[in-house]
Amino acid sequence: MTIWTRFVAIRFLRLALLLAGVAVVAFALAKLSPVDPVTAYLGPNIAKVGPEQRALIAARWGLDQPVTVQFLHWLSNLVSGDFGWSATYNAPVTAVIGSRVAASAALMGLAWLLSGVIGFSLGVIAATFQGGWCDRIIRVYAYVLASTPTFWIAILLLMGFSVALGWTPVCCAAPIGLLPGEATLLQRLHHLILPLVALSILGISQIALHTRAKMIDILESDFATYARAQGASRLDVALRHGARNAALPAITVLFASLGELFGGSILAEQVFAYPGLGSATIEAGVRGDVPLLLAIAMGTTLFVSVGNTIADILYVVADPRIDLASDAALREIGP
Amino acid sequence: MTAVADDCCVTPAPRFGTRKAVLIVAALAAAGLAAVIVFALLSGDAGVVTNFRARLAAPSLFHPFGTDALGRDMLARTLKGLALSFRVGLFAATASTVIALVLALVAAGGPRWADAIVAYLVDMTMGLPHLVLLILISFAFGGGANAVIIAVALTHWPRLTRILRAEILQLRQAEYVTISRNFGKSPLHIARHHFAPHLIPQMLVGLVLMFPHAILHEAGLTFLGFGIEPTTPAIGVLLSESLRYLTAGKWWLGLFPGLALLIAVLAFDAIGNGLRTLTDPRGSQS
Repeated sequence: MTIWTRFVAIRFLRLALLLAGVAVVAFALAKLSPVDPVTAYLGPNIAKVGPEQRALIAARWGLDQPVTVQFLHWLSNLVSGDFGWSATYNAPVTAVIGSRVAASAALMGLAWLLSGVIGFSLGVIAATFQGGWCDRIIRVYAYVLASTPTFWIAILLLMGFSVALGWTPVCCAAPIGLLPGEATLLQRLHHLILPLVALSILGISQIALHTRAKMIDILESDFATYARAQGASRLDVALRHGARNAALPAITVLFASLGELFGGSILAEQVFAYPGLGSATIEAGVRGDVPLLLAIAMGTTLFVSVGNTIADILYVVADPRIDLASDAALREIGP
Repeated sequence: MTAVADDCCVTPAPRFGTRKAVLIVAALAAAGLAAVIVFALLSGDAGVVTNFRARLAAPSLFHPFGTDALGRDMLARTLKGLALSFRVGLFAATASTVIALVLALVAAGGPRWADAIVAYLVDMTMGLPHLVLLILISFAFGGGANAVIIAVALTHWPRLTRILRAEILQLRQAEYVTISRNFGKSPLHIARHHFAPHLIPQMLVGLVLMFPHAILHEAGLTFLGFGIEPTTPAIGVLLSESLRYLTAGKWWLGLFPGLALLIAVLAFDAIGNGLRTLTDPRGSQS
């Protein structure tokens, strides 16, 4: 086995272990909750249901079994693709997630691309004109926005563009009264703009700050000095030599920040009442819809951990000086 | 795994200005934050009493931040919300720092498998999106203010754990520690005279820099409707209330609490960077 296959195999083995661990922890947390699943399921109907019927429901759901049996049952269902029934949406969990994943994927995917492209460009510009007014503006912008809560940005955007100017819709993913399937692409894009901007702003500032730091390192390196000595301008060096060197670290950061992206989308979707996975997460958490909450926790863990794993691998690709063979238990690859 | 995106929002701050400027900004920030706490302690029931004759009043000299739908002064409510955030932040950051220290000591000082387990815990905590983990934990503890505090306290340790672990490993191999040991100094002496002076500043900086994360996450969770009761003035609650009056054009309800939160977060960041500048000898030449 080459060093590379071994390295990648170990990463994916760790990923599998990680998922197993998260399954145990998430299930334990859900079990720990004082919210009774039967009560949560019945809601206002609780007055119509006697203790016998409650016991029947609990038995039907297997709640009378020991916790370990429940866990193994849940896990085996999970592995065979059955995620359970969402009481909040009165549909199978897979159907709930399936109907929302497209909206979220559009929002998060575009935000991810935008943060990468714009953030990287801003970072390169700031580093090239280091110390100039351009750099100052980009730095202050990135620094302030990196600390700004996403949901507040979303509220400000709503106040500005939807309420005061009336350019963009106030909520949702499609005009009110239309089913999402009936809206045209243009209408959908129109509803996507503000959530997209709100979600991208954070990513842009992070990538910009990171790229700027990397780029300054590169521009101060020996080969950059050599190229400058040959008469290349700082911009030349940045574009011809620096951009390629700084791109891979930026992509690594992008892959490593998928968790934040999802967290941001939860907040943005809440403000804009955008029907994606984020709003389903909130509903599941608030109403105690355990199967849905657990499914989302597992799904997002897979999503984020795969991103982290890709980032780890890319980091090694980006920096060949890292020794693959010495993969200790707590190897800290990463910036 | 990667250390870049542990947490949301605050990336390593670029250095603005000189060491002196950083310290002055940090001192000002600390004074401002102290003023908020003092106000919240002394203000009594301002911002809680309703006044139906001044409902949804726009900002004026008397109510600089305007009033809400029940005629309560938004300035007082915002400051009280901030003070609540500080309390949550202080508790959560302290708890996370203690967790980080214990885990770092176990990882660096214990057997190899202990190191592997700590690494696994760090990976696991960072493998879930932070907000999803927060929602899960606050659900597990049944919601309410305490659940939010527990959730925030239990999730902010991974970054500091890594920093402290690396620092301890480095210290253990340092020559002066080896010499000290060869001279027959007790482990307690080495811990007190060689380890503590390095670790305590790191911990303090880590603690202060954890504040902004903790506060932002507390506000986010509360905004989503987890935790803190709607009657308590918390920044998340205020912002979530503001959404109801947004389309009616009551902009001050959403603008000021968020702005105050942002300024508080930047202030804590400034204090953290000031502390780092003070304690890090490598930063002194800038």
